[in-house]
Amino acid sequence: MFDLQGFGHLLISGTWVTIQLAVASLFFGLIIGLMGAAAKLSDSRVLRGVATVYTTLIRGLPELLLVLILYFGGSMLLMSIASNFGYDEYIEVGPFAAGVAALSIAFGAYATEVLRAAMQAIPLGQWESAYAMGMSPRKAFFRIILPQMWKLALPGLGNLFQVLLKDTALVSVVGLSDLMFQAKVATGSTKEPFTFYMAAALIYLLLTAVATLISSRLEKLADPAAQVGRSA
Amino acid sequence: MNWSWDVIWEYMPRLIDGMWVTLELVIISAILGILLALPLALMRTSRKLWVKSLPWAYIYFFRGTPLLVQIFLVYYGSSQIPLIRDSFMWELFKEPYFCAIFAFTLNTAAYSAELIRGAIQSIPRGELEAADALGMSPTTKVRRIILPRAFGIVMPAYGNELILMLKGSALASTITLLDLTGAARTIIARTYTPLEIFLAAGVIYLLLAACMIGAFRLIETRLNRYQVREHD
Repeated sequence: MFDLQGFGHLLISGTWVTIQLAVASLFFGLIIGLMGAAAKLSDSRVLRGVATVYTTLIRGLPELLLVLILYFGGSMLLMSIASNFGYDEYIEVGPFAAGVAALSIAFGAYATEVLRAAMQAIPLGQWESAYAMGMSPRKAFFRIILPQMWKLALPGLGNLFQVLLKDTALVSVVGLSDLMFQAKVATGSTKEPFTFYMAAALIYLLLTAVATLISSRLEKLADPAAQVGRSA
Repeated sequence: MNWSWDVIWEYMPRLIDGMWVTLELVIISAILGILLALPLALMRTSRKLWVKSLPWAYIYFFRGTPLLVQIFLVYYGSSQIPLIRDSFMWELFKEPYFCAIFAFTLNTAAYSAELIRGAIQSIPRGELEAADALGMSPTTKVRRIILPRAFGIVMPAYGNELILMLKGSALASTITLLDLTGAARTIIARTYTPLEIFLAAGVIYLLLAACMIGAFRLIETRLNRYQVREHD
Protein backbone atom coordinates (compact mmCIF):
# COMPACT_ATOMS: atom_id res chain seq x y z
CA MET A 1 0.00 0.00 0.00
CA PHE A 2 2.57 2.57 1.12
CA ASP A 3 5.03 1.66 -1.61
CA LEU A 4 5.09 4.77 -3.84
CA GLN A 5 7.21 3.16 -6.56
CA GLY A 6 9.64 1.82 -3.99
CA PHE A 7 10.21 5.18 -2.34
CA GLY A 8 7.86 4.53 0.58
CA HIS A 9 10.64 3.29 2.85
CA LEU A 10 12.68 6.41 2.05
CA LEU A 11 9.84 8.65 3.22
CA ILE A 12 9.46 6.56 6.36
CA SER A 13 13.15 6.83 7.19
CA GLY A 14 12.88 10.59 6.59
CA THR A 15 9.88 10.74 8.92
CA TRP A 16 11.98 9.12 11.61
CA VAL A 17 14.68 11.80 11.22
CA THR A 18 11.97 14.48 11.40
CA ILE A 19 10.62 13.00 14.64
CA GLN A 20 14.11 12.82 16.18
CA LEU A 21 14.78 16.42 15.19
CA ALA A 22 11.47 17.61 16.66
CA VAL A 23 11.89 15.73 19.95
CA ALA A 24 15.53 16.81 20.43
CA SER A 25 14.60 20.45 19.73
CA LEU A 26 11.63 20.20 22.09
CA PHE A 27 13.93 18.96 24.88
CA PHE A 28 16.50 21.72 24.51
CA GLY A 29 13.84 24.32 23.71
CA LEU A 30 12.02 23.58 26.99
CA ILE A 31 15.27 23.97 28.93
CA ILE A 32 15.94 27.30 27.21
CA GLY A 33 12.33 28.36 27.82
CA LEU A 34 12.51 27.54 31.55
CA MET A 35 15.78 29.45 31.89
CA GLY A 36 14.31 32.35 29.91
CA ALA A 37 11.19 32.47 32.08
CA ALA A 38 13.30 32.33 35.24
CA ALA A 39 15.47 35.15 33.90
CA LYS A 40 12.45 37.30 33.00
CA LEU A 41 11.06 36.95 36.51
CA SER A 42 14.38 37.32 38.34
CA ASP A 43 15.33 40.33 40.47
CA SER A 44 18.44 41.00 38.41
CA ARG A 45 17.92 43.76 35.88
CA VAL A 46 20.71 42.36 33.68
CA LEU A 47 19.08 38.92 33.45
CA ARG A 48 15.69 40.44 32.66
CA GLY A 49 17.26 42.59 29.96
CA VAL A 50 19.10 39.67 28.37
CA ALA A 51 15.93 37.57 28.31
CA THR A 52 13.87 40.40 26.79
CA VAL A 53 16.46 41.02 24.07
CA TYR A 54 16.55 37.29 23.33
CA THR A 55 12.80 36.84 22.96
CA THR A 56 12.32 40.07 21.00
CA LEU A 57 15.11 39.35 18.53
CA ILE A 58 14.31 35.71 17.92
CA ARG A 59 10.59 36.25 17.50
CA GLY A 60 11.27 38.80 14.76
CA LEU A 61 13.72 36.66 12.78
CA PRO A 62 12.61 34.12 10.16
CA GLU A 63 13.29 30.56 11.32
CA LEU A 64 14.84 29.79 7.93
CA LEU A 65 17.36 32.59 8.44
CA LEU A 66 18.18 31.17 11.88
CA VAL A 67 18.79 27.72 10.38
CA LEU A 68 21.01 29.21 7.66
CA ILE A 69 22.97 31.36 10.13
CA LEU A 70 23.67 28.45 12.45
CA TYR A 71 24.53 26.05 9.63
CA PHE A 72 26.78 28.31 7.56
CA GLY A 73 28.00 30.55 10.36
CA GLY A 74 28.00 27.98 13.16
CA SER A 75 31.36 26.42 12.50
CA MET A 76 32.95 29.85 12.01
CA LEU A 77 31.54 31.03 15.31
CA LEU A 78 32.53 27.87 17.19
CA MET A 79 36.04 27.88 15.72
CA SER A 80 36.63 31.52 16.62
CA ILE A 81 35.44 30.83 20.16
CA ALA A 82 37.57 27.67 20.40
CA SER A 83 40.67 29.44 19.09
CA ASN A 84 40.45 31.78 22.07
CA PHE A 85 40.98 28.69 24.21
CA GLY A 86 43.91 27.54 22.11
CA TYR A 87 42.01 24.95 20.03
CA ASP A 88 42.70 25.47 16.33
CA GLU A 89 41.31 22.34 14.67
CA TYR A 90 38.45 22.52 12.18
CA ILE A 91 35.03 22.17 13.82
CA GLU A 92 32.14 21.14 11.62
CA VAL A 93 28.52 21.83 12.49
CA GLY A 94 26.33 19.24 10.76
CA PRO A 95 22.80 19.93 9.57
CA PHE A 96 21.23 17.98 12.46
CA ALA A 97 23.15 19.92 15.13
CA ALA A 98 22.49 23.24 13.39
CA GLY A 99 18.81 22.31 13.02
CA VAL A 100 18.40 21.35 16.67
CA ALA A 101 20.19 24.56 17.71
CA ALA A 102 18.07 26.80 15.47
CA LEU A 103 14.73 25.15 16.27
CA SER A 104 15.33 24.99 20.02
CA ILE A 105 16.43 28.65 20.11
CA ALA A 106 13.25 29.61 18.22
CA PHE A 107 11.03 27.36 20.36
CA GLY A 108 12.74 28.62 23.52
CA ALA A 109 11.87 32.24 22.73
CA TYR A 110 8.15 31.53 22.44
CA ALA A 111 8.22 29.01 25.32
CA THR A 112 9.81 31.67 27.55
CA GLU A 113 6.65 33.78 27.24
CA VAL A 114 4.29 30.84 27.80
CA LEU A 115 6.20 29.63 30.86
CA ARG A 116 6.58 33.14 32.26
CA ALA A 117 2.84 33.67 32.07
CA ALA A 118 2.22 30.29 33.72
CA MET A 119 4.75 31.01 36.46
CA GLN A 120 3.18 34.39 37.17
CA ALA A 121 -0.25 32.82 37.43
CA ILE A 122 0.83 30.79 40.48
CA PRO A 123 -0.08 32.79 43.59
CA LEU A 124 2.87 33.99 45.66
CA GLY A 125 1.28 32.28 48.67
CA GLN A 126 2.20 28.92 47.13
CA TRP A 127 5.88 29.85 47.34
CA GLU A 128 5.48 31.29 50.81
CA SER A 129 3.72 28.25 52.20
CA ALA A 130 6.35 25.98 50.66
CA TYR A 131 9.05 28.02 52.40
CA ALA A 132 7.04 27.88 55.63
CA MET A 133 7.13 24.08 55.35
CA GLY A 134 10.90 24.39 55.31
CA MET A 135 11.47 23.69 51.60
CA SER A 136 14.46 25.15 49.83
CA PRO A 137 13.68 27.39 46.82
CA ARG A 138 14.70 24.58 44.46
CA LYS A 139 12.53 22.01 46.19
CA ALA A 140 9.61 24.43 46.34
CA PHE A 141 9.94 25.04 42.61
CA PHE A 142 10.10 21.39 41.57
CA ARG A 143 7.52 20.04 44.05
CA ILE A 144 4.99 22.83 44.32
CA ILE A 145 5.30 25.36 41.52
CA LEU A 146 6.31 23.29 38.49
CA PRO A 147 3.44 20.75 38.74
CA GLN A 148 0.90 23.60 38.86
CA MET A 149 2.64 25.58 36.11
CA TRP A 150 2.67 22.54 33.91
CA LYS A 151 -1.10 22.45 33.78
CA LEU A 152 -1.33 26.11 32.79
CA ALA A 153 1.52 25.98 30.28
CA LEU A 154 0.57 22.77 28.47
CA PRO A 155 -1.98 24.15 25.99
CA GLY A 156 0.46 26.88 24.92
CA LEU A 157 3.40 24.51 24.72
CA GLY A 158 1.30 22.07 22.69
CA ASN A 159 0.66 24.78 20.09
CA LEU A 160 4.33 25.68 20.02
CA PHE A 161 5.24 22.05 19.44
CA GLN A 162 2.95 22.00 16.40
CA VAL A 163 4.83 25.00 15.04
CA LEU A 164 8.15 23.31 15.82
CA LEU A 165 7.08 20.13 14.06
CA LYS A 166 6.27 22.08 10.90
CA ASP A 167 9.46 24.13 11.13
CA THR A 168 11.58 20.95 11.04
CA ALA A 169 10.95 20.94 7.27
CA LEU A 170 13.22 24.01 7.01
CA VAL A 171 16.27 21.99 8.01
CA SER A 172 15.97 20.04 4.74
CA VAL A 173 17.18 23.25 3.04
CA VAL A 174 20.64 22.74 4.57
CA GLY A 175 20.70 19.06 3.60
CA LEU A 176 19.38 17.09 6.57
CA SER A 177 17.78 13.93 5.17
CA ASP A 178 14.42 14.46 6.86
CA LEU A 179 10.97 13.77 5.40
CA MET A 180 11.00 16.85 3.17
CA PHE A 181 14.48 16.06 1.85
CA GLN A 182 13.56 12.46 1.01
CA ALA A 183 10.45 13.65 -0.80
CA LYS A 184 12.74 15.86 -2.88
CA VAL A 185 15.04 12.89 -3.58
CA ALA A 186 12.10 10.75 -4.68
CA THR A 187 10.83 13.57 -6.88
CA GLY A 188 14.22 13.81 -8.55
CA SER A 189 14.15 10.28 -9.86
CA THR A 190 10.42 9.72 -10.49
CA LYS A 191 9.53 13.18 -11.90
CA GLU A 192 6.32 13.05 -9.93
CA PRO A 193 6.62 16.05 -7.62
CA PHE A 194 2.92 16.34 -6.79
CA THR A 195 2.65 12.72 -5.65
CA PHE A 196 5.62 12.89 -3.32
CA TYR A 197 5.11 16.36 -1.87
CA MET A 198 1.47 15.43 -1.27
CA ALA A 199 2.57 12.22 0.45
CA ALA A 200 4.98 14.25 2.59
CA ALA A 201 2.21 16.75 3.37
CA LEU A 202 -0.09 13.93 4.50
CA ILE A 203 2.63 12.46 6.71
CA TYR A 204 3.20 15.90 8.30
CA LEU A 205 -0.57 16.14 8.80
CA LEU A 206 -0.50 12.75 10.53
CA LEU A 207 2.40 13.85 12.75
CA THR A 208 0.65 17.07 13.81
CA ALA A 209 -2.57 15.12 14.45
CA VAL A 210 -0.69 12.68 16.71
CA ALA A 211 1.00 15.61 18.48
CA THR A 212 -2.43 17.18 19.13
CA LEU A 213 -3.67 13.89 20.52
CA ILE A 214 -0.68 13.53 22.84
CA SER A 215 -0.91 17.09 24.12
CA SER A 216 -4.63 16.83 24.85
CA ARG A 217 -3.95 13.55 26.68
CA LEU A 218 -1.18 15.25 28.68
CA GLU A 219 -3.51 18.15 29.47
CA LYS A 220 -5.96 15.69 31.00
CA LEU A 221 -3.20 13.96 32.96
CA ALA A 222 -1.94 17.30 34.29
CA ASP A 223 -5.38 18.20 35.62
CA PRO A 224 -6.18 15.69 38.37
CA ALA A 225 -9.24 17.68 39.45
CA ALA A 226 -10.89 17.14 36.09
CA GLN A 227 -10.19 13.41 36.29
CA VAL A 228 -11.86 13.11 39.67
CA GLY A 229 -14.75 15.14 38.37
CA ARG A 230 -15.18 12.80 35.43
CA SER A 231 -15.11 9.54 37.41
CA ALA A 232 -17.49 10.86 40.06
CA MET B 1 37.50 35.44 12.86
CA ASN B 2 37.85 38.45 10.59
CA TRP B 3 34.68 40.45 10.59
CA SER B 4 34.23 42.79 7.67
CA TRP B 5 31.79 45.68 7.77
CA ASP B 6 32.74 46.65 4.22
CA VAL B 7 31.01 43.66 2.70
CA ILE B 8 27.75 44.67 4.40
CA TRP B 9 27.88 48.21 2.99
CA GLU B 10 28.98 47.01 -0.42
CA TYR B 11 26.03 44.68 -0.82
CA MET B 12 23.45 46.73 1.08
CA PRO B 13 21.68 47.87 -2.15
CA ARG B 14 21.15 44.23 -3.16
CA LEU B 15 19.68 43.47 0.28
CA ILE B 16 17.38 46.48 0.01
CA ASP B 17 16.18 45.20 -3.38
CA GLY B 18 15.44 41.90 -1.69
CA MET B 19 13.59 43.69 1.08
CA TRP B 20 11.18 45.21 -1.46
CA VAL B 21 10.48 41.77 -2.93
CA THR B 22 9.79 40.45 0.59
CA LEU B 23 7.43 43.36 1.30
CA GLU B 24 5.62 42.85 -2.00
CA LEU B 25 5.14 39.16 -1.29
CA VAL B 26 3.81 39.82 2.21
CA ILE B 27 1.49 42.69 1.29
CA ILE B 28 -0.01 41.12 -1.85
CA SER B 29 -0.60 37.74 -0.18
CA ALA B 30 -1.99 39.42 2.94
CA ILE B 31 -4.60 41.31 0.93
CA LEU B 32 -5.57 38.30 -1.19
CA GLY B 33 -5.48 36.10 1.92
CA ILE B 34 -7.97 38.30 3.77
CA LEU B 35 -10.32 38.31 0.78
CA LEU B 36 -10.25 34.52 0.75
CA ALA B 37 -10.40 34.22 4.54
CA LEU B 38 -13.64 36.20 4.92
CA PRO B 39 -15.96 33.80 3.04
CA LEU B 40 -14.12 30.84 4.62
CA ALA B 41 -14.68 32.22 8.11
CA LEU B 42 -18.34 32.98 7.43
CA MET B 43 -18.83 29.45 6.07
CA ARG B 44 -17.06 28.02 9.11
CA THR B 45 -19.57 29.68 11.44
CA SER B 46 -22.51 28.18 9.56
CA ARG B 47 -24.63 25.59 11.33
CA LYS B 48 -25.07 23.43 8.23
CA LEU B 49 -22.61 20.56 8.09
CA TRP B 50 -22.11 20.64 4.33
CA VAL B 51 -21.30 24.35 4.40
CA LYS B 52 -18.76 24.21 7.19
CA SER B 53 -17.00 20.93 6.37
CA LEU B 54 -15.20 22.15 3.23
CA PRO B 55 -13.54 25.19 4.88
CA TRP B 56 -12.79 22.97 7.89
CA ALA B 57 -10.83 20.51 5.72
CA TYR B 58 -9.07 23.35 3.89
CA ILE B 59 -8.03 25.06 7.12
CA TYR B 60 -6.99 21.76 8.71
CA PHE B 61 -4.72 20.89 5.78
CA PHE B 62 -3.04 24.29 5.51
CA ARG B 63 -2.52 24.70 9.25
CA GLY B 64 -1.30 21.14 9.74
CA THR B 65 1.40 21.00 7.06
CA PRO B 66 4.65 22.98 6.76
CA LEU B 67 4.60 26.06 4.54
CA LEU B 68 7.65 24.71 2.73
CA VAL B 69 5.69 21.64 1.59
CA GLN B 70 2.87 23.88 0.40
CA ILE B 71 5.26 26.05 -1.63
CA PHE B 72 6.90 22.99 -3.21
CA LEU B 73 3.48 21.48 -3.94
CA VAL B 74 2.51 24.60 -5.85
CA TYR B 75 5.82 25.32 -7.57
CA TYR B 76 7.06 21.80 -8.41
CA GLY B 77 3.82 19.85 -8.02
CA SER B 78 1.80 21.91 -10.50
CA SER B 79 3.89 20.61 -13.42
CA GLN B 80 2.53 17.10 -12.80
CA ILE B 81 -1.11 18.10 -13.20
CA PRO B 82 -2.12 18.02 -16.89
CA LEU B 83 -5.00 20.42 -16.30
CA ILE B 84 -2.51 23.11 -15.28
CA ARG B 85 0.40 22.22 -17.52
CA ASP B 86 -1.60 22.03 -20.74
CA SER B 87 -3.65 25.19 -20.24
CA PHE B 88 -3.12 28.94 -20.00
CA MET B 89 -2.55 28.46 -16.26
CA TRP B 90 0.92 27.12 -16.97
CA GLU B 91 2.02 30.64 -17.92
CA LEU B 92 1.30 31.59 -14.32
CA PHE B 93 2.42 28.46 -12.50
CA LYS B 94 5.83 28.35 -14.14
CA GLU B 95 6.66 31.69 -12.49
CA PRO B 96 8.16 31.32 -9.00
CA TYR B 97 6.84 34.76 -8.06
CA PHE B 98 3.25 33.75 -8.80
CA CYS B 99 3.70 30.38 -7.03
CA ALA B 100 5.07 32.05 -3.90
CA ILE B 101 2.13 34.46 -3.74
CA PHE B 102 -0.32 31.64 -4.48
CA ALA B 103 1.06 29.44 -1.69
CA PHE B 104 1.37 32.28 0.84
CA THR B 105 -2.17 33.42 0.08
CA LEU B 106 -3.66 29.96 0.60
CA ASN B 107 -1.60 29.54 3.78
CA THR B 108 -2.42 32.87 5.40
CA ALA B 109 -6.09 32.58 4.38
CA ALA B 110 -6.34 29.39 6.45
CA TYR B 111 -4.79 30.99 9.54
CA SER B 112 -6.72 34.26 9.17
CA ALA B 113 -10.01 32.46 8.61
CA GLU B 114 -9.55 30.70 11.94
CA LEU B 115 -8.79 34.03 13.65
CA ILE B 116 -11.82 35.74 12.08
CA ARG B 117 -14.06 32.80 12.99
CA GLY B 118 -12.92 33.13 16.61
CA ALA B 119 -13.64 36.85 16.52
CA ILE B 120 -17.09 36.37 14.95
CA GLN B 121 -18.00 33.81 17.58
CA SER B 122 -16.88 36.10 20.38
CA ILE B 123 -19.26 38.90 19.35
CA PRO B 124 -21.83 39.16 22.17
CA ARG B 125 -25.10 37.48 21.22
CA GLY B 126 -27.09 40.51 22.26
CA GLU B 127 -25.61 42.62 19.48
CA LEU B 128 -26.66 40.10 16.85
CA GLU B 129 -30.12 39.82 18.40
CA ALA B 130 -30.40 43.60 18.42
CA ALA B 131 -29.58 43.62 14.70
CA ASP B 132 -32.27 41.01 14.11
CA ALA B 133 -34.74 43.00 16.18
CA LEU B 134 -34.08 46.04 13.99
CA GLY B 135 -35.09 43.93 11.03
CA MET B 136 -31.67 43.73 9.35
CA SER B 137 -31.33 41.16 6.59
CA PRO B 138 -28.55 38.56 7.07
CA THR B 139 -26.28 40.31 4.54
CA THR B 140 -26.80 43.73 6.12
CA LYS B 141 -26.09 42.18 9.50
CA VAL B 142 -22.81 40.71 8.23
CA ARG B 143 -21.79 43.98 6.57
CA ARG B 144 -22.82 46.44 9.28
CA ILE B 145 -22.44 44.49 12.53
CA ILE B 146 -20.50 41.25 12.26
CA LEU B 147 -17.54 42.29 10.09
CA PRO B 148 -16.78 45.68 11.69
CA ARG B 149 -17.00 44.13 15.14
CA ALA B 150 -14.92 41.11 14.13
CA PHE B 151 -12.19 43.32 12.66
CA GLY B 152 -11.81 45.23 15.89
CA ILE B 153 -11.54 42.01 17.87
CA VAL B 154 -9.22 40.24 15.44
CA MET B 155 -6.66 43.04 14.97
CA PRO B 156 -4.11 42.16 17.70
CA ALA B 157 -4.08 38.49 16.65
CA TYR B 158 -3.90 39.42 12.98
CA GLY B 159 -0.86 41.56 13.68
CA ASN B 160 0.87 38.42 14.96
CA GLU B 161 -0.21 36.52 11.87
CA LEU B 162 1.36 39.21 9.65
CA ILE B 163 4.65 38.92 11.54
CA LEU B 164 4.54 35.14 11.07
CA MET B 165 3.92 35.74 7.36
CA LEU B 166 6.87 38.10 7.15
CA LYS B 167 9.02 35.34 8.65
CA GLY B 168 7.46 32.71 6.41
CA SER B 169 8.15 34.79 3.31
CA ALA B 170 11.83 33.84 3.71
CA LEU B 171 10.81 30.46 2.25
CA ALA B 172 10.35 32.16 -1.14
CA SER B 173 14.15 31.93 -1.40
CA THR B 174 13.83 28.14 -1.72
CA ILE B 175 12.08 28.49 -5.09
CA THR B 176 14.79 30.77 -6.55
CA LEU B 177 13.14 34.09 -5.68
CA LEU B 178 15.49 36.88 -4.66
CA ASP B 179 13.64 38.09 -1.60
CA LEU B 180 15.63 39.36 1.39
CA THR B 181 16.81 35.86 2.37
CA GLY B 182 17.33 34.87 -1.27
CA ALA B 183 19.43 37.98 -1.91
CA ALA B 184 21.48 37.25 1.22
CA ARG B 185 22.09 33.67 0.08
CA THR B 186 23.30 34.69 -3.39
CA ILE B 187 25.60 37.33 -1.93
CA ILE B 188 27.06 34.77 0.47
CA ALA B 189 27.58 32.28 -2.35
CA ARG B 190 29.91 34.88 -3.90
CA THR B 191 31.62 36.42 -0.87
CA TYR B 192 31.47 33.59 1.66
CA THR B 193 30.76 35.95 4.55
CA PRO B 194 27.67 34.25 6.01
CA LEU B 195 27.70 35.86 9.44
CA GLU B 196 27.99 39.45 8.20
CA ILE B 197 25.35 39.22 5.47
CA PHE B 198 22.86 37.12 7.46
CA LEU B 199 23.28 39.55 10.35
CA ALA B 200 22.48 42.47 8.03
CA ALA B 201 19.45 40.61 6.62
CA GLY B 202 18.33 39.78 10.16
CA VAL B 203 18.50 43.45 11.18
CA ILE B 204 16.35 44.39 8.17
CA TYR B 205 13.79 41.71 9.10
CA LEU B 206 13.69 43.05 12.66
CA LEU B 207 13.15 46.60 11.40
CA LEU B 208 10.33 45.42 9.12
CA ALA B 209 8.72 43.55 12.02
CA ALA B 210 9.05 46.61 14.26
CA CYS B 211 7.38 48.83 11.62
CA MET B 212 4.53 46.35 11.25
CA ILE B 213 3.99 46.21 15.02
CA GLY B 214 3.95 50.01 15.17
CA ALA B 215 1.48 50.29 12.29
CA PHE B 216 -0.81 47.77 13.92
CA ARG B 217 -0.80 49.63 17.24
CA LEU B 218 -2.10 52.66 15.34
CA ILE B 219 -4.80 50.72 13.49
CA GLU B 220 -5.83 48.95 16.69
CA THR B 221 -6.32 52.13 18.68
CA ARG B 222 -8.29 53.60 15.79
CA LEU B 223 -10.56 50.58 15.34
CA ASN B 224 -11.17 50.22 19.05
CA ARG B 225 -11.62 53.97 19.67
CA TYR B 226 -14.97 53.47 21.34
CA GLN B 227 -13.32 51.43 24.09
CA VAL B 228 -10.67 54.04 24.90
CA ARG B 229 -13.27 56.61 25.93
CA GLU B 230 -14.40 54.40 28.78
CA HIS B 231 -11.09 54.86 30.57
CA ASP B 232 -11.31 58.66 30.58
